[in-house]
Amino acid sequence: MSAVIKTEGLTKRYHRNVALSDCTLEIPEGHVVGLVGPNGSGKSTLLNLAVGLLRPSEGSIEVFGERPAAGPDQLRRVGFVAQDTPTYSGLSVHDHLRFGEHTNPRWDASLAQRRVEQLGLDLRRRAGRLSGGQRAQLALTVAIAKRPDLLVLDEPVASLDPLARREFLQILMETVAEHSVSVILSSHLVADVERVCDYLVILASSKVQLSGEVEDLLSTHHRLIGPRDPVSDLSNTQVVIESRHTDRQSTLLVRSDGPIVDPQWIVEAATLEDIVLAYMGQGKRSPLDSDVA
Amino acid sequence: MIEFYMDTHSGVPPYLQIIQQVRRALKLGLLFEGDQLPTVKEVVGQLAINPNTVSKAYRELEHEGIVIARTGVGTFVAKSLDNSSLATLAPLRHDLQRWMVSAREAGLDDESIEALIRECFRSSSGTVSA
Repeated sequence: MSAVIKTEGLTKRYHRNVALSDCTLEIPEGHVVGLVGPNGSGKSTLLNLAVGLLRPSEGSIEVFGERPAAGPDQLRRVGFVAQDTPTYSGLSVHDHLRFGEHTNPRWDASLAQRRVEQLGLDLRRRAGRLSGGQRAQLALTVAIAKRPDLLVLDEPVASLDPLARREFLQILMETVAEHSVSVILSSHLVADVERVCDYLVILASSKVQLSGEVEDLLSTHHRLIGPRDPVSDLSNTQVVIESRHTDRQSTLLVRSDGPIVDPQWIVEAATLEDIVLAYMGQGKRSPLDSDVA
Repeated sequence: MIEFYMDTHSGVPPYLQIIQQVRRALKLGLLFEGDQLPTVKEVVGQLAINPNTVSKAYRELEHEGIVIARTGVGTFVAKSLDNSSLATLAPLRHDLQRWMVSAREAGLDDESIEALIRECFRSSSGTVSA
């Protein structure tokens, strides 16, 4: 299976600030990828690099095997909805669709029409007078109707109320089911990511902390609860990602390919939220003080 | 046609929830042989979940011989539970309801009842199926 996004040693600096550092990733085609991480961890930078709005300071990034925004064909294949789902507030819904039609060779006018009808948007209404949810849907409609092979969405639902958020994700998932488009979206909302994403990339402190298929991540991460004992009893194929201790009890998040049968531990399946929080936390601490003793 | 729902707090993976809901609908006599399941697009449009989740559930159900996928048409129930097993449901339900009444009369709250059922379930599971 070919890679949608492939990066090697990808680094982006703004003046002296490192936004993304030595990021190596290979995301296969056909997934809905969730990109999660704290504010300022480099999510938007990575997405902007993927669509060619930014150039790497070091390293490389390829989308469908080519440099992002390398030419018309590459631009045609990638749809992007930037943060806060921007639209032209002075232009009507109809103008947005005409603009999309004129600037995109693969524009699917009937799809755009259907979506707008389904959403109940008034074609004559200016985007500036739409609700936040409607504006987000309009931006998504334009991005979908261009019929890209990859949709890049930067925090698409962050500012939406729960109902608008659900509607947005419904349409997005319908599109994935219908047109087998790959999607990468950044989000703070683990619950949404859990619903819609089957691939996860966790960024923290400008670095990729973890990436992989959600199912694999869930089956290889475990929550261990047991007496406060030396953790060194765990075999060396089991990696402690996070540990918490009281005077008697230890709670660990452990990565292990095989089952953990040590009877001193109660082993529970880790949730996606457990995993996300643990790896985000790992990015915050320096490797030295991540409690392994 | 049945409609699926998602319990995001159950800890049960979404594809398993779909499988369980199909099996349950069969056992309760809500689905019969030949009935069509909602299409992948319909399910994801309703629940806002990843299409692969639904495909995976349907594949697994097909593998178990419960449903059959006809390309370009849809996914259909391949077999319903035979009537004898449906007929046994009613008296069992009746017994359970009677038991529920006596449990409440004995002063058990919902949580205790659930814990008790779970406990009995655990201690007896395996005695028949193993």
